[in-house]
Formats: sequence, structure tokens, C-alpha cells
Amino acid sequence: MDSTTSSTILQAVSIATAGLAVGMGAIGPALGEGRAVSSALDAIARQPDMAGILQRNMFVGLAMIESTAIYALVVALILIFGNPLISV
Amino acid sequence: MIGVLGAIGDAIKTEVLFHLGPLPVTETVVVTWGIMAAMVILSILATRGLKLRPGPLQNFMEMVVEWIEDQVRDVINDDPTPYIPLIGTLFLYIICANLAPTFVPLVKSPTADISTTAGLALLVFISVPFFGIRSRGLLGYLKTYFQPVFIMLPFNIISELSRTLALAVRLFGNIMSGQLIVAVILAVAPLVMAPVLAVPVQLLGLLTGTIQALVFAVLTIVYIGGAVESRKKRIRKGGQT
Repeated sequence: MDSTTSSTILQAVSIATAGLAVGMGAIGPALGEGRAVSSALDAIARQPDMAGILQRNMFVGLAMIESTAIYALVVALILIFGNPLISV
Repeated sequence: MIGVLGAIGDAIKTEVLFHLGPLPVTETVVVTWGIMAAMVILSILATRGLKLRPGPLQNFMEMVVEWIEDQVRDVINDDPTPYIPLIGTLFLYIICANLAPTFVPLVKSPTADISTTAGLALLVFISVPFFGIRSRGLLGYLKTYFQPVFIMLPFNIISELSRTLALAVRLFGNIMSGQLIVAVILAVAPLVMAPVLAVPVQLLGLLTGTIQALVFAVLTIVYIGGAVESRKKRIRKGGQT
């Protein structure tokens, strides 16, 4: 197998893996954020006075949960735009 | 197909507008300086001739500043004055940058460039130890890395680095993907349908941009609040309030 073919295969695999990485990496945070927002809304419905504090803490928590999805995005972006194995 | 790829490429890469000597000046830099100029001029106009009974502009500005002060005070539990310049600037700049493409046509948001967001995240990364050392002293601040037990040292360092990365990529990813979707819709959709499809995405971008600016500012407050000493503890130790 010459180097052009292997490079093409590597590129194709990288692109497919990047899609998989974001897709599968988004499942967990999506479920987690759904749970977090639903409990926060529940709490706000019970105690509307605390809405400000609850909302801010919810945003901070969401940002933490989101981080895992963001790491998946970073991996995908590296695979597509900055893949160390593919020499352009 | 080629049109779509071209649209995606245009949305991701930053265009070099002109060269200043050996330095390439990108669209990001120009838009950033434009936002800075607009904000400085607006601030000068608002603070020139402050009155006890304020006009509409001064009233609005006071509202914004007081809102930011409240946010900081709620988290840090201390006098917010030292933190207002940093956090207020970050919040106002990011919200202007996120909403610029919606209000000014043909302008690309500076926060859709990873260089801008990485710079902002580095600013937070540096300012957390700055405020921490100012509040606790050098040894007192270094001690926080060993909490709750000394084994946590590598984890604390890793978390400090990874949260900086997450801060940069969160803002970049959200804003860039918003612009990307608009670009792809404009490239794919037929001419008549394009506005119908693109306008709701732009409106969603307004919401995302505001929330991401808020998230960036709140996370900065939380990180700084974790590094500085709370007022209660300082009083207990017998220091000045």
C-alpha cells in the first residue's frame, strides 16, 4: 500500500471518527443537562423567590456538564483540522 | 457541493484584510477594535457630566453596572469593587462581540475566532492567581492547591488547565457553530427560502450569544471567588474588613 492510499484512508477514518466523537460525546451531557434543567425548573416553580440564585447556579452547573461535550468537540476539531498523523 | 464547502471554509477561517508592516491584520482584530472604540465612546458619553438625577443613558449604564455588581457580590460575598473592571469588561465585550453579526450586517463575530476566546480565557487564567495572591498572600494562595488533602495537587492543577481550555472552546464552539449553520443554510437553501430559514437561526443566535456571555462572566466570578478569601473568614482572623 503506497503512502497516498494510506493517507486517504487515514483521512476518511479521521472524519468518520470525528463525527462519532461529537455524536457519542453529546449523548451523556445532553441527558445530564436535561436532568439538571428539569430539577432547576422544579425548584424555581416551588420557590420563585430563589429564581435568581437557582438560575445562576444552574448555568454554572450546566457549564461544568457541558465541558465533557466540549472535550469531545476539541478531539473532533483536532482530528479534522490539526491531525498530527496526516501530513498535508 | 463546492458552494457548501466554500461557505463552511469562509465561516471558519479568518480573513486577512491588510498587512501592517509584517503583521497580518485579520477581520477579527478590526472588528474587535471597532467594538472597543464603540464601547469607549459610549462610556465617555455616558459618564460625561454625571448628574444626581440621571438622564436615560446614564440611567441605563448605572443599571448595567449595578447588575454586574450584584452578580459579583452574590458569589464572592465581599465588596465587588476590585473585580468589576475585569468582569464587567469581559461580559460587555463578549456580549457585544456575540451580538455584532446580528445587528451589523457582513461583520463576523470576533468570538467565532479561537484566538479571541483563547486570549480571553488566558486572561481569566492569569487573573485568578492574581486576585488569589492579593487576597491570601503567596503562601496562602499556594496552600489552596493542596486542599482538601495534599494528594489533590495534580488534580487541582489539571482542573485549572482544563477549565481554561473549556472556557475558550465553549465560547468559540457556540458562536462559530451558530455562524456555520447560517452560512450553510444560505449556501444550500434556494434564494426565496433562505431568509425564512436563516432568520430563526439568527434569533437563536441572539439567545445563545447572551447566555454564553453570561456563562463566561459567571464562571470567571466563580473561579475568582474560589481563589480569594471570603470576608467572613477575614473578619474571624481579625483583619480589616
